[in-house]
Amino acid sequence: MVLKPEKCLSCRTCELICSFTRAEEFNPQLSAVSVISYDKAMISVPIMCTQCEEAPCMKVCPVEAIYKDENGTKIVDYKKCIGCKMCISACPLGNMAFDGNAVFKCNLCGGEPQCAKFCPSGAIEYKETNPSSLIKRKELAEKFRDVFGEVE
Amino acid sequence: MYGFLGKILRVNLTSGTIAEEALSESLVKKYLGGRGLGTKIYMDEVAKDTDVYSPDNKLILLTGPLTGTLATSAGRLMWITKAPLTGTIGCANSGGEFGPELKYAGFDGIIFEGKAEKPVYLYVNDGKAELRPADDLWGKTVYETTDAVVAATDPDAKVCCIGPAGENRVLYAAIMNEKHRAAGRGGIGAVMGSKNLKAVATRGTGGIKVADPKGFLEACTNARDILKANPVTGTGLGAYGTEILVNIINSSGGMPKNNWRDGAVDPDADEISGETLADKYLVRKKGCFACSMACGRVTKIKDGPYKSAGEGPEYEAAWALGSSCGIHDLAAICKVNFLCNEYGMDPITLGSTFACAMELFDKGLLTLEEMGGNLVFGNTDSIVEFALKTAKREGFGDKLAEGSYRLAESHGAPELSMSVKKQEMPAYDGRSLQGMGLEYATSNRGGCHVRGYLTSPEILGIPVKLDPLVTEGKAAILKTFQDLTAVVDSIGICLFTTFGIGLPEIANMLRTCTGWDFTDEELLAAGDRIWNLEKIYNMGQGFTKKDDTLPPRLLREPLPEGPAKGKVCELDVMLNEYYQLRGWSDQGVPTKEKLSELGL
Repeated sequence: MVLKPEKCLSCRTCELICSFTRAEEFNPQLSAVSVISYDKAMISVPIMCTQCEEAPCMKVCPVEAIYKDENGTKIVDYKKCIGCKMCISACPLGNMAFDGNAVFKCNLCGGEPQCAKFCPSGAIEYKETNPSSLIKRKELAEKFRDVFGEVE
Repeated sequence: MYGFLGKILRVNLTSGTIAEEALSESLVKKYLGGRGLGTKIYMDEVAKDTDVYSPDNKLILLTGPLTGTLATSAGRLMWITKAPLTGTIGCANSGGEFGPELKYAGFDGIIFEGKAEKPVYLYVNDGKAELRPADDLWGKTVYETTDAVVAATDPDAKVCCIGPAGENRVLYAAIMNEKHRAAGRGGIGAVMGSKNLKAVATRGTGGIKVADPKGFLEACTNARDILKANPVTGTGLGAYGTEILVNIINSSGGMPKNNWRDGAVDPDADEISGETLADKYLVRKKGCFACSMACGRVTKIKDGPYKSAGEGPEYEAAWALGSSCGIHDLAAICKVNFLCNEYGMDPITLGSTFACAMELFDKGLLTLEEMGGNLVFGNTDSIVEFALKTAKREGFGDKLAEGSYRLAESHGAPELSMSVKKQEMPAYDGRSLQGMGLEYATSNRGGCHVRGYLTSPEILGIPVKLDPLVTEGKAAILKTFQDLTAVVDSIGICLFTTFGIGLPEIANMLRTCTGWDFTDEELLAAGDRIWNLEKIYNMGQGFTKKDDTLPPRLLREPLPEGPAKGKVCELDVMLNEYYQLRGWSDQGVPTKEKLSELGL
């Protein structure tokens, strides 16, 4: 998942489609993604599970109900989950939640994340990417090019 | 009931009692929700001779069945009461997030009745509601009130409120939500103020279910794909907001200058355009709840005398405060637009009332002494000064707070008010856009562009391109537009979606959401029913054919230049045809047959 807050429209379509996909109702409370808006700072930030490499939710689970699938997605196995909510305490990003019956998190919709599909602005994208910051390095390099480069 | 929560709150402000009531499904099927259902409830419950500020008057807040769902731009809420400015039915809607949040809290709407002895606000939280004192909020701006109510309730609460303009009963006071979204026109904020109701806050964690989840998802996906591919809804509105219209309307010769006196081609229009706004002041675009178009403008004036930040302006506001006043300083226009949000006022009527005062001054009917200032064409500073005075009803602001009609009438020249049924017409000259002239004359809430937006076919070519200068065919398409708009305003989606989607897509979303079985034609007929219901209300308030007209300037003074040079609005011919197509008498009265056909 690639999150770009600077592109977020704060429309919360991601919350709608997520809760609908998960629970068949429109309810931001049941969404694994949330848009947090800052009125005075004039920005909105989508927040969701980023599939940590060393996932605390998975590590802390006493019954090993959270596993990593072949794509690296952390998935809750509801047959094993006892609802102890330790994963909610452990997640440093606040991306484990409880819907009244069970814990839930983003499972990337089995490889086709609906939030990314419905996001109208490209603030949430699902794509192959290398988070080695080459993209950001390129952005910085472009500034040097613009300032010091020859005019084409 | 799917889509709906099936419950509304009845809040009696006199006694402080709050009751929960079930929505009647038969009533909802007939009037849909929002604007239609609200008008029906209002007319059933409020005697027609009720004074607008009487405790016996009611103020109704309603969402629609699609509000809060994945439907296209489904964040709308509607306020219904009698409009203080016009005396017609008053209904004003807004986007943002309040409507969805109210549904997540378990209610489709709220009926406010009576009058609180002291200022109060209502807090609706997950199925419960309570009135709380708001003495310390009275006098506060919209921004201050919103922050204070959020702090006192829940960090995620959404807040509707009035500012000082609503408290002071400015006749065009708005009800604002999330600070920057306005249910703007007609003065419904003054009704809220008259009830000592300062704010409504809501927080909910419930959800909305639809009848046919798979079908609904398909219908919404299809509608969203259409909006994405459409140049207006997919590109234009997001890039430049509604301000994209400045250069488009101006080049069509339809952007009135100086209180509609000096033609409708403004050579300096680009200085206040959406392109200029994007270039100079736009921070980012913003979408209301569930909206992919994102016409909202988050804007900031970083320095200079008008340093400020907020949202907007819309095209009509920029025109009213700009070209209409001979002003082309976009920073000042933004600043006044922000003040309108902060104090809770409609910038269209405010700017148009300024323009009217400016022309009264030019004609020698109003003096600088009376004004206590220099509210004259082209004086940029004056619009900032008098916006504040108007909200506070200070000095001459007290007169400006009554709107242009009452101002012009009190100075012996009501014809200088560019209004219909005392509400000011916005930004599109009815001489260059003949259909818009008919729209203003027949709108059930007075001069208004969003009852049947014929600019769409006349200028944008949506859904078909019509010559703006001819009268043929305008009555028929206006009727369809008005009926469809009544549907859109009742079910909870944004009118702007209709630049891209039409009746079939809208009907599909509503059918799969509610599970109701109806044809597209039956849905449009519900819009016709709602339109006639509003008309019946207005007739009960004494409105007749003589009120379905335009300021004499549009009927008699030909445009001096531009594509519509030499044109006046040929209203009579269009109006007669319009009455016929509506099934009304030649006096504009719905016939018995028509009413029984609509089940009224």
